[in-house]
Amino acid sequence: MLEGYLRADGRKGIRNVVLVAYLVECAHHVARRIVDTIDDPDVQLIGFPGCYPNAYAAKVMRAIATHPNVGGIVLVSLGCESFDREGLRETVEASGRPVETLVIQEVGGTRATIGAGLAAVERVRAAASAAVRVPMAMEELVVATICGGSDGTSGITANPAVGRAFDRLVADGATCLFEETGELVGCEGVMADRAVTPELGREIVACVEKAENYYIVMGFGSFAPGNAEGGLTTQEEKSMGAYSKSGSSPISGIVKPGDRPPSGGLYLLDVVPDGEPRFGFPNISDNAEIVELIACGAHLTLFTTGRGSVVGSAIAPVIKICANPDTARRLADDMDVNAGRILEGAATLAEVGDEIYERVLEVAAGRRTVSEDLGHQEFILTYKAFDPIGPSCLPLSAGGAR
Amino acid sequence: MSVLSLILLHPDDNVLVCVAAVGAGEAMSIDGEVLAAPEAVAVGHKVARRALAVGDKVMKYGAPIGSMTRPVARGGWIHVHNMKSDYIATHTRQTIHEEGH
Repeated sequence: MLEGYLRADGRKGIRNVVLVAYLVECAHHVARRIVDTIDDPDVQLIGFPGCYPNAYAAKVMRAIATHPNVGGIVLVSLGCESFDREGLRETVEASGRPVETLVIQEVGGTRATIGAGLAAVERVRAAASAAVRVPMAMEELVVATICGGSDGTSGITANPAVGRAFDRLVADGATCLFEETGELVGCEGVMADRAVTPELGREIVACVEKAENYYIVMGFGSFAPGNAEGGLTTQEEKSMGAYSKSGSSPISGIVKPGDRPPSGGLYLLDVVPDGEPRFGFPNISDNAEIVELIACGAHLTLFTTGRGSVVGSAIAPVIKICANPDTARRLADDMDVNAGRILEGAATLAEVGDEIYERVLEVAAGRRTVSEDLGHQEFILTYKAFDPIGPSCLPLSAGGAR
Repeated sequence: MSVLSLILLHPDDNVLVCVAAVGAGEAMSIDGEVLAAPEAVAVGHKVARRALAVGDKVMKYGAPIGSMTRPVARGGWIHVHNMKSDYIATHTRQTIHEEGH
């Protein structure tokens, strides 16, 4: 049986972090200095750099600030930016969490706000430390997956191994999320066949077509030079490899960033904005997607890599699964699981899948991942625009996304 | 050892994936037949299971992953120089540089 930190809203977290959030880039330095001075791995920096309002960013920040791994938050505002800091504060307060707001222009500048921030974090951290751990069911666990720095080994070792782990987690009743429709271009047909209803299948095809059109306008697919150097040749080849992370469970629905899946099962996160391409690339780097998965409630993320990504994340632990045996040796200190053993005949796909599944349970129970130990706490949030999900996207739920 | 360097992911595939580096001229096995590698192939890269012509669909994981732009002999390396996406162009470091992005 898992254990989680019980929150006032009934959700349970596998970590108990205090966030310091800057609400515009102009407040970033002050927030960072507060976090650096405190130097506690469970006091973490997040933020949104823009001064212009954005409904997507506001929704993601509200979802992140009330994520079950979060015990409390200190908001750092310059004062004149358009971010709805009062709305965010009210959302956090309504969730039963301690929240404090510092407005640099009112507190009296950089030095005064850093000082006030240190005291505010101490108060929030003290309140957050009162959270109690209670039994947590597998049905309450949300696990996400992403791939980054893929190569020709990703799709034959680490990704299908994660798919095996996903199948076990879904069978246990957990919620599993996979994403990046731009990296599913070419898989829409086979993916639609796994949808729990034909209507959902058509939504899946439509959301991959949206991704394809968006990327064509941008001039690039979701394909970096290192992918080609690692043996991948085309977007659809990368996609087929990435797709295997989803395993073989039926697909229960589509969510968008900040939507919480209504129940256990396998869900696709649609990360590509709706409407005319406006704010640039859908996800400028892997951590932008990790943030969106966390905003959908992910307690932890399974990150597969062939070329060798080193990232972790704020808020939710990242378990890194290395696909390529050469990379696993070269970046050994950055990897949690070596799926490259499959290529060398040292382990089977099923064995590595079981190892990933067991590691998920251990990390949920408190074991620190490699990226947590190394201090990785990446966080990036940019501008986007989404329409709400359609009625066919969550066919098993009358109430839609949570 | 190098004879076991290629794997078939799906019975419908016309490419094999290299799982241990093969040097030019080294022995490799395709469908039970051992032949000398016409060129070096790195881990994660693809070789032709049979000769392919321009326009042929490249099949991997049992699914089309693009089309040939140049012919390739059995055992030859298949990559950006002789195949392309059927969806969206692939950019390498070289093309990004040349196009001034």
